[in-house]
Amino acid sequence: MTDDQVDNSRRRLLTITTAGVGLVGAAGLAVPFAASMAPSERARAAGAPVEVDISNLEPGQQLTVEWRGKPVWIIKRTPEVLDLLPDMDGRLVDPASESDQQPDYARNPLRSIRDEILVLVGICTHLGCSPKYQPEIGAVSFDDDWKGGFLCACHGSKFDLAGRVFAGVPAPTNLVVPPHQYLSDTRLLIGEDGAVT
Amino acid sequence: MKTMIMNLMEWVDARFPLSRATREHVTEYYAPKNFNFWYFFGSLALLVLALQIVTGVLLAMNYKPDADLAFASVEYIMRDVKGGWFIRYMHSTGASMFFVVIYLHMFRALLYGSYRNPRELVWIVGMVIYLAMMATAFFGYLLPWGQMSYWGAQVIVNLFETLPIVGGPLSEWIRGDYVISDITLNRFYAFHYLVPFILAGLVFVHIVSMHKVGSNNPDGVEIKKGPKGNRWSEDAPKDGIPFHPYYTVKDLLGTVIFLAVFFAIVFFMPEMGGYFIEQPNYEPANPLKTPEHIAPVWYFTPYYAILRAIPSFAGTQVWGVLGMFASIALLFVLPWLDRSPVKSIRYKGPITKFSLTVFAVTFVVLGWLGTQAPTTNLTIMSQFFTLAYMLFFLLYPCFSAAGTGLTLVARALLGLSVGMVLATIFYWWVLWSGGPTAAVRALYTLLSLVILFVMGILPALRPDTVRPVPERIEK
Repeated sequence: MTDDQVDNSRRRLLTITTAGVGLVGAAGLAVPFAASMAPSERARAAGAPVEVDISNLEPGQQLTVEWRGKPVWIIKRTPEVLDLLPDMDGRLVDPASESDQQPDYARNPLRSIRDEILVLVGICTHLGCSPKYQPEIGAVSFDDDWKGGFLCACHGSKFDLAGRVFAGVPAPTNLVVPPHQYLSDTRLLIGEDGAVT
Repeated sequence: MKTMIMNLMEWVDARFPLSRATREHVTEYYAPKNFNFWYFFGSLALLVLALQIVTGVLLAMNYKPDADLAFASVEYIMRDVKGGWFIRYMHSTGASMFFVVIYLHMFRALLYGSYRNPRELVWIVGMVIYLAMMATAFFGYLLPWGQMSYWGAQVIVNLFETLPIVGGPLSEWIRGDYVISDITLNRFYAFHYLVPFILAGLVFVHIVSMHKVGSNNPDGVEIKKGPKGNRWSEDAPKDGIPFHPYYTVKDLLGTVIFLAVFFAIVFFMPEMGGYFIEQPNYEPANPLKTPEHIAPVWYFTPYYAILRAIPSFAGTQVWGVLGMFASIALLFVLPWLDRSPVKSIRYKGPITKFSLTVFAVTFVVLGWLGTQAPTTNLTIMSQFFTLAYMLFFLLYPCFSAAGTGLTLVARALLGLSVGMVLATIFYWWVLWSGGPTAAVRALYTLLSLVILFVMGILPALRPDTVRPVPERIEK
């Protein structure tokens, strides 16, 4: 049988089907390629909790430890600071810690389990620089009425000594309080929730 | 001997269009005869790209993309590899000089309207090249694994984290980890090696598309549409001269001057006072401590200043990131924003000249602001210049078509500009508590209104006096 007629609609259907199947194949191949760039099992497993001895921490002192590759600060706040913190509310975005930046047991005015011990992930919620601890009280170069807190030198974000963000700075939310628990009076475990002591 | 070469050429030409390509793109590519010094920068960019690829491959032979070894391997190149310091300084200086040359190349396009019909695609491919350059530079800057490498990458990858919903997983996917780590360094090295080859491919497309439509020139004459016939060919444009030897020799002069400057930097001030290689980068990366003051390398700082200028509100800082991406995206649509009847600045009126000057000053000042620590006064300055940057593009349809009536799009953009100015002024006076003094606010408020008036409203009131255009320059 000879047939010189070209069936264009059939040809078009075959072309579109072939191209479509090819595209599905290419998309299928892209999945494992893209997935290979996601965090590997080793990177996922590197998040073990860190145990810290805080018995030698002096009032006002800052201790930095590494947890999941990030700095975690442990600061012993002085009674003076604890008195000043409730007066900060007017300058803050979220004084009552309404956004989810802390475990439930740290959703309180001082954002901590124990009043004097502050535990924070030392990464600015703006673009991830590590802010600097500025415990001075009074007028400082970046603030006329500074009550102690953290200043991010990268983009000028300011936080108080409960890690709460000031209004009118680039960072939108409070600093993160990591999951943590007290194993005893002087031993702190960072990275794991536990019973509140 | 001569016939042997001729025979070889014939043999190749029968299999590959070598002679034809050489004729079309070099010996018989007719470029306008009135190029000035602004036209050096295209060929210089090509030269720097070649230098970067050659020095980069040599560096790759001794560099180790491993968080424990990277910093030391760079010092090894500097101290123990024969001539290693020379190759590395050529590469680091080359990165900065690439951007110097490209910024001048782009400003040339702004001056003479080289992005306009029929060269929109040349411009867009050029913008894609610019993006690829920024990506390469960013990937490369992590490799020395110094403090600035680490924290710069941390900030830029975190830009993606601000996007709603997809942000978190996307930035993890880019890093391959929850923080910048060995994994990130390894893949950035792979990308840093890959992108320059893509860049070379894009440059090829850029040049082919430019040769298809022909080069623009300082007068904006379309030589392909003008009279025909010159001393080399009867159908070639009368106003054209062959690229080789005329412009190859001219570009050789530019190359000599450029290389003199380039090697003066390489030999005498490779760090360029902390602008080409930043001082904190001589300290190995430390994930627990951010340097006192971090700033990207100078070629990113105008956009960095825009990022910092826009405050966060509604619980997210995505606005600064959007503003930064918008400032680059606006360059892409420039061919459609320009509605002037002429291409070149030579025949445009004072309003356009004023606007272009404001833009050039804005870009430089934003670049300077991006290198500085943010204080209250510098922040309000950044906000003002960010506004000026945006107004330049949004008001382009108004001042470029001065006196000819505004299209619907131009009116919409003018409305948007008025809204932006008012919102910024409102923010300065009402929302920004504890901000700069009233005198400083008043100064920036006044300047914003002047720019809005001259670039947006004045053109609707009276025609921009355009210099009479010689006949040959009109289409």
